[in-house]
Amino acid sequence: MVDNNQLLRFTTAGSVDDGKSTLIGRLLYDSKSIFEDQLEAIENTSRKKGHEGVDLALFTDGLRDEREQGITIDVAYRYFTTPKRKFIIADTPGHIQYTRNMVTGASTANAAIILVDARHGVIEQTKRHAFIASLLQIPHIIVCINKMDLVDFDESVYHKITAQFEEFSSKLLVKDIRFIPISALLGDNVVNRSENMGWYQGAPLLHTLETLHISSDLNKVDARFPVQTVLRPQSETFRDYRGYAGRVSSGIFRVGDEVTVMPSGFTSTIKSLDTISGPLDEVIAPMSISMTLEDDIDVARGDMIVRSNNKPEAKQDLEVMLCWLNDSPASPRTKFTVKHTSNEQKAMIKEVIYKIDINTLRRRTDDVELGMNDICKVKLRTTKPLMVDSYRENRVTGSIILIDDRTNETVAAGMVV
Amino acid sequence: MSKYYLDYLEELESEAVYVLREVWAQFQNPVILFSGGKDSIVVTHLAQKAFHPSKIPFALLHVDTGHNFPETIKFRNDLVQSLGVRLLVGSVQESIDTGRVSEEKGKNATRNALQITTLLDAIEENKIDCAIGGGRRDEEKARAKERFFSHRDDFGQWDPKNQRPELWNLFNGKHFEGEHFRVFPISNWTEMDVWNYIKRENIQIPSLYFAHEREVVWRNDSWIPNSEFLQLDDREEIVQKKIRFRTLGDITITGGIESNADTLEKIVDEVAAMRHTERGNRSDDKRSETAMEDRKKQGYF
Repeated sequence: MVDNNQLLRFTTAGSVDDGKSTLIGRLLYDSKSIFEDQLEAIENTSRKKGHEGVDLALFTDGLRDEREQGITIDVAYRYFTTPKRKFIIADTPGHIQYTRNMVTGASTANAAIILVDARHGVIEQTKRHAFIASLLQIPHIIVCINKMDLVDFDESVYHKITAQFEEFSSKLLVKDIRFIPISALLGDNVVNRSENMGWYQGAPLLHTLETLHISSDLNKVDARFPVQTVLRPQSETFRDYRGYAGRVSSGIFRVGDEVTVMPSGFTSTIKSLDTISGPLDEVIAPMSISMTLEDDIDVARGDMIVRSNNKPEAKQDLEVMLCWLNDSPASPRTKFTVKHTSNEQKAMIKEVIYKIDINTLRRRTDDVELGMNDICKVKLRTTKPLMVDSYRENRVTGSIILIDDRTNETVAAGMVV
Repeated sequence: MSKYYLDYLEELESEAVYVLREVWAQFQNPVILFSGGKDSIVVTHLAQKAFHPSKIPFALLHVDTGHNFPETIKFRNDLVQSLGVRLLVGSVQESIDTGRVSEEKGKNATRNALQITTLLDAIEENKIDCAIGGGRRDEEKARAKERFFSHRDDFGQWDPKNQRPELWNLFNGKHFEGEHFRVFPISNWTEMDVWNYIKRENIQIPSLYFAHEREVVWRNDSWIPNSEFLQLDDREEIVQKKIRFRTLGDITITGGIESNADTLEKIVDEVAAMRHTERGNRSDDKRSETAMEDRKKQGYF
């Protein structure tokens, strides 16, 4: 394996029976990421169930209930590596009630694969998946038009679906959309180029995943460093060491940069950027490091160190796109803990501005109750300021979660508008 | 800097360091579950990185089944000494002696499942609110659905269908008295990643991982080491083989593979060419299709 290989995280979304599990099984199988004992296990199960041949979808079967009911309950993570890249798949179930899981899987993804059944074309669920991918600002969307074998590998079907998708996706904010006609069952255009679809000139899915340009997706402009904890060894060798430990959210920091600590507003200069293997001259996202400053100022967990000439906004009143993740709906005036980077404050939903009808993508103002899987635009008020960027510009410093203080559960995910 | 992106190992490392720092910030009394296996060694190494130049601020907790490889215990003791960290030991033998659990009988008896009680007792006694483990999602299908921050109720149980959603890198470690968390900093690593990282960082690991001569018996498709705990049946025979272990667990259930890989380079090459999963040699996972899921729900590692 080449040492400089990058990591690509992608999520897969499709409706029930779109062949998502088969596609993932096919990717793993054809990229030789499946071990013999795993293969034997699913050969046995395929035989017991009376399937013809090996049912590749069984690779992704997880918990007992899922196997018994033939569904996916939760986000499952899969891994495979090719000579070009390491991949993490967030495999999310496609049922209507699992918007929550798709949002979860999408939150860290570089790319999303959206499956469309060639026989059915773009359906409401497809629109919902694309909407969530754009809401979560996944930079690359790959629409796989699956089951091409069931429509005789007909080029016109592919063009029709592509046009359907483009028509509604023009309303979404997605930087990069591609279309690939595939048959996950037979392996056409998954890892290997299809012999049945000579009319398709583009790359197969795996090659596309291997070559997506992802280095530019990271925000390299706005230098943000949320402090996780303060390192004070007070040992012989490091008697006066005071390092601010954290992970760079975005941008680039260099030794000598003039920085501001938020929210206090104190300024200083970066003295060193330390790791166990020694100091560095500059650091980029998402490196975990320890930063020391020239001046002895008060810095604690929850503070954010930024370059003085480019600061996020310190806000107590935020407009947020909120996805509700909990069975119990939000009741008015409930108090939450809001988590934003390493910062934690109390918060209250002051107003639900509108709810998005996930099927029509229309805004509704008549029904503003927040229930499981609802996506709403809300006004949030926090007890102390959060140092935020808009989610569109920064997926790390633009995201929050809400925790219900009564249950300690994570009840909502939010993206700062 | 020559490149403005991290390679996959750097990114995984940075993610794990971030998770470990979150643990320190969010919990009162976290420990690292230390088995002496490569995964918990890598987690300990990452903890050194996360808090340097401070010492690792966590104790190591070892659940000692009494059925150990002597090499593992020596490795553990040396490591604890060199890091200057505290070692906590939960003893399965003690759980048996005090009647908390009873030992399985017969040739295939193991103390694997008994560890659950000992572990949960140790967590309660030491008022541990977070146990950091080396579990990886690629190991087993039940683990593929595990969170980085995994909530356990006051019985120590995992409810896979009622896990807290985990978005971005915003980890919610909030819990009530008596509950605890399991945290898995290397969730996203595969066996190959672990080996590549051990090689890149030149991390010390027990000699058992390298090919060596050993007395073994062929059982359940792998070479089980001879030990004072081994019960042979009539058809089984002790032989001398050059083997190494891909994973380390109890000496009674950890099967070795025939190998000549006696350096890290050779191990990495060998693992890359492997056609079987590493847990394929663990009889604890072979008991049923949902063996891991069932044990995890009860509070297993």
